[in-house]
Amino acid sequence: MQHPHPGRARRREAVTFYLLISPWLVGLLTFTLIPIAVSLGISFTRWDMLSPPELVGLRNYARLLDDRLFWQSLTVTARYTLMYVPTELVGGLLLALLMNQVDARGIRLLRTLYYMPSVLSGVAFVVVWMWLFHPEAGLINAGLAQLGVQGPRWLADPHTALTALWMMSLWGLGRTAVIYLAGLRGIPRELYEAAAMDGAGAWRSFVGLTLPLLTPTIFFNLVLSVIATFQTFTSAFVATNGGPLDATLFLVLYLYRKAFQEFQMGYASALAWVLFALILAFTLLVVRSGRWWVYYEGETP
Amino acid sequence: MISSARLRRWLLLALLWGVALLFLVPLLWMLSSSLKPTWQIFETPPRWLPNPPRWENYSEALTTLPFGRYLSNTTVITLLTIVGHLLSCTLVAYAFARLRAPGRDTLFVVMLATLMLPYPVTMTPLYVIFHRLGWINTFLPLTVPAFLGSPFYIFLLRQFFLTIPRDFEDAARIDGANTLQILAWVLVPMVAPALATVTLFTFQASWNDFLAPLIYLQRPDLYTVTLGLQFFRSTYTTNWAYLMAASLTTMLPVIAVFFAAQRYFLAGISLAGIKG
Repeated sequence: MQHPHPGRARRREAVTFYLLISPWLVGLLTFTLIPIAVSLGISFTRWDMLSPPELVGLRNYARLLDDRLFWQSLTVTARYTLMYVPTELVGGLLLALLMNQVDARGIRLLRTLYYMPSVLSGVAFVVVWMWLFHPEAGLINAGLAQLGVQGPRWLADPHTALTALWMMSLWGLGRTAVIYLAGLRGIPRELYEAAAMDGAGAWRSFVGLTLPLLTPTIFFNLVLSVIATFQTFTSAFVATNGGPLDATLFLVLYLYRKAFQEFQMGYASALAWVLFALILAFTLLVVRSGRWWVYYEGETP
Repeated sequence: MISSARLRRWLLLALLWGVALLFLVPLLWMLSSSLKPTWQIFETPPRWLPNPPRWENYSEALTTLPFGRYLSNTTVITLLTIVGHLLSCTLVAYAFARLRAPGRDTLFVVMLATLMLPYPVTMTPLYVIFHRLGWINTFLPLTVPAFLGSPFYIFLLRQFFLTIPRDFEDAARIDGANTLQILAWVLVPMVAPALATVTLFTFQASWNDFLAPLIYLQRPDLYTVTLGLQFFRSTYTTNWAYLMAASLTTMLPVIAVFFAAQRYFLAGISLAGIKG
């Protein structure tokens, strides 16, 4: 573009840029930066939102260390993450690999059916599974009974409740599979043909070709699913309300209780900061480790 | 040779359809249960075909609580959120994709960083702020933020803007159009598929949202469908036929939209996923 006054044109462009992004800047300030600062401030106080806040220093954080329920919620969240993330990553990949064996026409409807449950998140999603898990009349235990097996009490038993929530979440596996499938379809056919010519079998070309080229997608899914599991709330709130015996007391559920049922705003803010620190630490760890195992075609990460 | 390749394909398809059926079972079971008279609900072994189907379950379940009200509340919130995201995210994404300004790249990194910031971290202070503003028990905390952009959709749209050649804008600029005119008349039609993706993702997230409405809407006449359903569940715990009817009804709009526009859902998934 030619312009009589290049300096002025550039300045005008910059002004337009800031005008156009101003809604986001306002949002960043009011709904992200200020809340973060406010939250840090509140975390040093004792405050029930009725009487004025009382400064207590680091006492909220010290209290966390002695709070059995806090440790319980941390354990539950970690256990669930360790159950869910690997099964989601591997299960989704297996499903995608199977789909990738069939031509596009054959899987069009299948892909739709796999993906559909993952758009149905929310309370209704959980309510269906509560009914499926019903100890006497639920479909799962009725099916087990036909095989002569007495099914567990699932959501009502502290030993199986978390497993039940995990099974429930696998209904959303299709989303991961579809992301993988997009990644698989992005690998050029010629590479496989070249590998086959070099005498590589199916397994060799999977390990030597598919897996490395898929690492950016695996990375994406890993970050996404860990951040999601750290935030698990609806399923635990609706299906079990943290129980039985705190077996499904997730971190965010505990945070919700402290903030909005007991109105311990200071303590809840300290909890939120711990959650924040955990997610941040994890993300940094994964991004760092990514340098070792994520392969980017032609560009540096 | 040909027949063994054929056989392999059939086996694969059979396996994939078996898994698909497994994915469908919860929905079919839900439909079946929603039409059962009470005495068939707890029958063992369970029957799949309610006999006779009891369609009244739907009208009764949906009038026990004011589900019409919940549906209209949810619709208002969802529509406002969609409009907000479309307006704000388009402007911001265009600016990030096309305009040069000092500080742009730093701000873009800041935006990507906020993408990683989970809602639960800010929900306590946000509640305090909205409380101060007198916004509790209004739709404002759920809709106003949408008009101020959302990092994920801005990112998605920016990626899409970057795939469009600049030639179109240059031609329009020579014809004397200004930035906003170019954006509205030249670029928006070209990024329509991405806007459709933003609309659908927003629709799905807003319709299914539970935590934010739970915090901000405490008056029953303001409830969304998710809150209504949760209230229904905690009040009528044992009436599974009604619960299934009500649940399926709240899911139906999402299922219908998904089937009608699935390619935009899938496009969004690959657009977000490929860049990693």
